[in-house]
Amino acid sequence: MKIHARSHTTFLALAVVLAGCGSKHKAAAEAGGGPSAKGAGAPAEAAEGTVTVDGSSTVFPITEAVAEEFQKTSKHRVTIGVSGTGGGFKKFCQGEVAVTGASRPIKPSEVELCRKNGVEYVELPVAYDGLAVLVHPKNDWVEAMTVEELKKLWAPEAQGTITKWSQIRAGWPDKEIHLFGPGVDSGTYDYFTKAVVGKEHASRGDYTSSEDDNVLVQGISTDPLALGFMGFAYYVENKDKLKLVPIDDGNDANGAGPIAPSAETVSNGTYQPLSRPIFIYVSKKAAGRPEVGSFVDFYLANAAKLAAEVGYIPLPDKAYTLAKKRFADKVTGSIFGGKGSKVGVSIEALLAG
Amino acid sequence: MSARRRPSERLFRLVCLAATAGPLGVLAWLVGDTLVDGIDRLSWSFLASYPSRHAEQAGILPAVAGSLWLIVTTALIALPIGVGAALFLEEYGGRSRLARIIEINIANLAGVPSVLYGLLGLGIFVRTLGLGRSVIAGAATLALLVLPIVILASREALRTVPDGLREASYALGATTFQTLRHVVLPMALPGILTGAILAISRAIGETAPLIVVGALSYVTFVPDALDAPFTALPIQIYNWVSRPQEAFLKNAAAGIIVLLATMLVLNAAAVLLRHRLDARKP
Repeated sequence: MKIHARSHTTFLALAVVLAGCGSKHKAAAEAGGGPSAKGAGAPAEAAEGTVTVDGSSTVFPITEAVAEEFQKTSKHRVTIGVSGTGGGFKKFCQGEVAVTGASRPIKPSEVELCRKNGVEYVELPVAYDGLAVLVHPKNDWVEAMTVEELKKLWAPEAQGTITKWSQIRAGWPDKEIHLFGPGVDSGTYDYFTKAVVGKEHASRGDYTSSEDDNVLVQGISTDPLALGFMGFAYYVENKDKLKLVPIDDGNDANGAGPIAPSAETVSNGTYQPLSRPIFIYVSKKAAGRPEVGSFVDFYLANAAKLAAEVGYIPLPDKAYTLAKKRFADKVTGSIFGGKGSKVGVSIEALLAG
Repeated sequence: MSARRRPSERLFRLVCLAATAGPLGVLAWLVGDTLVDGIDRLSWSFLASYPSRHAEQAGILPAVAGSLWLIVTTALIALPIGVGAALFLEEYGGRSRLARIIEINIANLAGVPSVLYGLLGLGIFVRTLGLGRSVIAGAATLALLVLPIVILASREALRTVPDGLREASYALGATTFQTLRHVVLPMALPGILTGAILAISRAIGETAPLIVVGALSYVTFVPDALDAPFTALPIQIYNWVSRPQEAFLKNAAAGIIVLLATMLVLNAAAVLLRHRLDARKP
C-alpha cells in the first residue's frame, strides 16, 4: 500500500506543476499582449532590481568581476548568461535582457533586428583584447611575421597549397606547418579574419579548431611545427609553453617594425591590427531603471581595474571618460556605423568623433 | 571442461575481458586525473560559496542548487508522463497502428541530439508558453529529453510481468485499472526505477540544451521557485574549463567531482530503493 500512496503524491505533484505552467502562461500573455517575443522576456525582466546580462564569452570574465563587486555594495542582483556575441544580440534586440556583452561591434542584421523591435542601445567599449599569434617554444626560425605573410597563410586560397613553412618565407625550413585557431563561431575568429585576410569569416578551413582556447594552448605547446592564434590572456597564463610572434603591419605610423602584444602596445594602439575593443550594449529603455543605471555607472568606473585583474587590457583613461559621458547623455547607435569591426582605429578617436 | 581448454574459447574469453577492462581502465584514468586536479579545491566553502573572479574564493552553491531543482522537477514531470505512456502502449494500446507509429517515433526520439531538444524547449517553453529562462522551462526541456528513456525502460519492465498474474487478477473480477494498480505496477516498479536512474543520470550531465534554453552562467542566488533564473553544474564547469587561468581549471575539476558524487548518490538511492522493492516481490 505504501507504493500506492507514493504514486498518488507523484501524480499530485505533477498536477501542481502543470497547473503552475498554465497560470504562468496566462499571466505572461496578459502582460505581453500575446505570446510575442517581448511577452516571452517578461518573466526574466519582471523581477525588480535584477540586471539581466547576456552575450559574449570573451566579455563574460569582466562582467562577472564587475557584478561581483557591484553586488557587494548594492542590494540589486545581476545575472549573466553566455550566449555568445550573436546570441546575446538576438536576445538583447528582442528586449529580453538589459545589457549584452559583445566582442565585436553590432552588425547590420542585428541593427535591423533592434530597430524592428524598437530597442535603442548605448554602445560602450569596456576593454581591449589582443589576439596573439603563437608558435612552439622550440621554434627557432620565426622571430616575427608580417600581416602579408599571415594573410598568405590564412587566406581561403591557401587551403591545400600553403602547407610548408618554406612557402611563407624563404629560408624557413622545408617542413609542414600545422595550424591552430578558434572555431568559426567565435568573435575572435571573425576579428582575426577581418584584420588579416580582409574579409570577416573568410579563411582556409584546413586548420585544427577548438571553441576552447585551452585546447589550442595544448595543441601548439606539443607540436614543434605549430602556429596558431588566440586571445592574449591565454598566452599570459601559458608563457612558458608558447612563443609569441611579434607582428609587423607595414605601417610605420603606428610603430615601426614588428611589435609584440603587451598591455602597453595594445593600449597605445601600436600592436595593430590584432587588437580590438570589446563592448557592452545597454538598452536605452532599461538604462532608465535605477538598478541598470547604477550597474553600468559602476561598470565604467571600475572596468579599468577589473579588466586588468581578469587578464584583459584596460582602455586609456580618456576613453572611459568619454564612455561615461556617452552613457550619461544616452547617446544611441554604434560608433562603427552599424557595419561591424573596423581595423586599426583608436577607440578614443571613434568616441570623440 | 574440454571446451574451456580450446584455444578459441580462451581467446574469446580474453577478448571479452579486454572489452570490459578497456572502458573501465579509461574511466578510472579519467576519474583519477580529475581527482588529482580537483581534490585540493574541495571544501565546505567551495560548496557553499557563490562564483567569483577569484578562483580560490569561487564556489558552486548556485550551480548545485540549480542542478538539484532541475533534476527533481524533471523527474516529477518525466516519470508520471513516461510511465503513463508506457502503460498506454503496453496495457491499453495493444497492436493498433497508432501505437506502432508512436513506438517508432519514441525509438527515434531517443537518438535525437540533445541540442535539438534545447531548441525545441526554447521555442515552446521559453518563447511560446512564456516561461522565460526559468527552472521550469529547463526542467520541461530535460523531461522531453529523457522521456524516451523512461518510456522504453518502463515498457520493458511491464513486459516482464507474467500474463498469468494479470489473468488471475481479471479472474477475480478486477478492472483493468485495479489490475494495473495492484498487480502490474508494483511488480514492474523495480524495472521502472532502473529507467528513472538512467534518465536522471543523463539529465544531470546535460549542458547543451540548458545553454540553448537560457541557463545562466553567473547567478549569485539560489533558485527559490520554479520560475526563478538558474544555472547548473555542467554549465559552471564548462565556464571554468574555458578560462585561461590554471586555478579555474582546478575549480572545474572539483566541480566535476561534485557532479560525479551527486550522480552516484542519486543512483545509489535509486538502487537501494529498487532492492527493497525487489525483496518484497512474491
